[in-house]
Amino acid sequence: MIPVLFVVTILVFSIIRFIPGEPARLILGEKATPEAIAALTEKLGLTEPLISQYFLFLRQIFTLDFGNSFTYQMPVAKLLASRFPVTLALTLMSTALSLLISLPLGYFAGVHKDKLGDQAVRTASLVAISMPSFWVGLLLMIVFALKLRWFPAGGWADTLGGQFRCLILPAITQSLMTTALLLRNTRNCVVDITRMDYVDFARSKGIPDSEVRTRHVMRNAMVSTVTLLSMRMAATLGGSVIIETVFSIPGMGKLASDAIFGRDYAVVQFVVLMFAVLVLVINLITDILYSFLDPRVSL
Amino acid sequence: MEKLLEVKDLRVAFPGKWETVRAVDGVSFQVFQGETFGLVGESGCGKSQTMRSLLGLLKSPGQVTGGQILYRNQDIAKMSQKELRKIRGREISLIFQEPMTSLNPVLRIRKQLYEAFEGEDLTKEERERRAIELLKLVGIPSPETRLDEYPHQFSGGMRQRAMIAIALGARPRLLLADEPTTALDVTIQDQIMKLLNQLKQELGMSIILVTHDLGVIAQMCDRVAVMYAGQIVEMTDTVTLFSRPRHPYTYGLMGSLPSEDTAGSALEAIGGSPPNLAHLPEGCPFAPRCKYATDICRRERPEAAQVEPGHWIRCHHPEITQTFQGLIQASDRTAREEDDHA
Repeated sequence: MIPVLFVVTILVFSIIRFIPGEPARLILGEKATPEAIAALTEKLGLTEPLISQYFLFLRQIFTLDFGNSFTYQMPVAKLLASRFPVTLALTLMSTALSLLISLPLGYFAGVHKDKLGDQAVRTASLVAISMPSFWVGLLLMIVFALKLRWFPAGGWADTLGGQFRCLILPAITQSLMTTALLLRNTRNCVVDITRMDYVDFARSKGIPDSEVRTRHVMRNAMVSTVTLLSMRMAATLGGSVIIETVFSIPGMGKLASDAIFGRDYAVVQFVVLMFAVLVLVINLITDILYSFLDPRVSL
Repeated sequence: MEKLLEVKDLRVAFPGKWETVRAVDGVSFQVFQGETFGLVGESGCGKSQTMRSLLGLLKSPGQVTGGQILYRNQDIAKMSQKELRKIRGREISLIFQEPMTSLNPVLRIRKQLYEAFEGEDLTKEERERRAIELLKLVGIPSPETRLDEYPHQFSGGMRQRAMIAIALGARPRLLLADEPTTALDVTIQDQIMKLLNQLKQELGMSIILVTHDLGVIAQMCDRVAVMYAGQIVEMTDTVTLFSRPRHPYTYGLMGSLPSEDTAGSALEAIGGSPPNLAHLPEGCPFAPRCKYATDICRRERPEAAQVEPGHWIRCHHPEITQTFQGLIQASDRTAREEDDHA
């Protein structure tokens, strides 16, 4: 994990510097004088050689002193700390939503393979996979925010309850793809697993169907569900850039896109690094979960 | 002997979009308390489906379309899932042929064993004691530590033993063994067969043993039914079957066994292949492969008829089959019985 993180720091550092555009000019605006731009560039530390800029970045990581954001005029650490919980809440909400919908429906479809219910569920999931999330977000906004006025169309609230309401539409939007993929996966797993002898053997012991379902069928389906889910959670974090922008929610995704457009190097570096760390953490948790779910896997 | 199970004219069909497969087509037999009843036949002749229907475990879309399965005078074929659950495990239990895939890979042996007697109100210590006893019974060494292992830590033979332990967990009266040794190597096969025989005697249960191996039948069974294309074509006690087979199919099967007399020469096979169960011929299903078939065989299905007391065949020509020579002479009969007593 440590070597991976090291490579990530190099990537994060170089990618932002490969994007064309001078930060100082973007910060000061079109009418800035060349002298002012030069002065700001100097002040931002961008006249230093790249290698010493990189070492400064590394030192900031190790000292946990991430420097200041120029566009927000506040410490990057504080900025991240305020944005991170929003993205975390959004990700958890959408993941929970996906699991709640996809596991029961997937089981239902798998057990009724090729019947009408299965066909309906599979068609619905195909539709869900085919729709781009920014478009679904806009549709939901039009129906539930503008027409029905059930939820806010975007933005953020001060109270916890209000914030929860603000997260509902984005969470639905974000969960759609994951739900559809998990649904198909669960359905296929259930179809395969119910064919296995051990399921019939379990039934031949005379235990209730509910136990066969949970202990034998779904328990075995969990292994591939966790694999897919961890991949989807990583993708969801990336997708939060779009969702949070569409719904203008102050999370890390929105921060990342704003910072990139403003060439706020300090913020971009650490937001992207944070995303990378989150993905690594998800992978680590997945590996640990594996060893619990499948005894044949050892860490 | 008390009659434990009576299957009467059982029919199992797998309806499909275009055609219906009649996997079991009018099977009748009885199993008595304490006996081992053998069901022998080629793959796909309906043996396994017969077994599965005895526990209401037919794979979708298979269903019992006719007949009765009377277990101690209750008809299993008409039972609800709830009633079936009371029969499963406690009265009749099942072991499969593939020990590699018949145990849940992600659950400890302990859990899978406990499930077998979940219905009984036992304390934690009692359950553990019972589980250890069961593993000992089937000859698994150091059961205390084995309990907390997973199936992949067991060898094939050990898994089959574990499966037998689980199947015996609720002390059933009838054990259905669906080719229990097919996936195992020969030395382990013999161990498992001996184990089943010993358990049958110790626990006084009955066994229905499904196999395609006549040698296993000879070693294990009291009575045998030979199945072909979803029907029982011959049924009698084991000694009679091997000394005086009366159905051309049974005779053909015996001809394909290696023996001392035929050593060195090529083994004889039954020509042709089993019929498609979705398109059975009009007459006797074996007629296309039968050396003795006549017009009536191709036209009409033979009914089951008794050729001597307790010996049933489905054949139009019992007069021809009278001349068949079995693998053992009648005089061997006493020898075998003496063996049994020894």
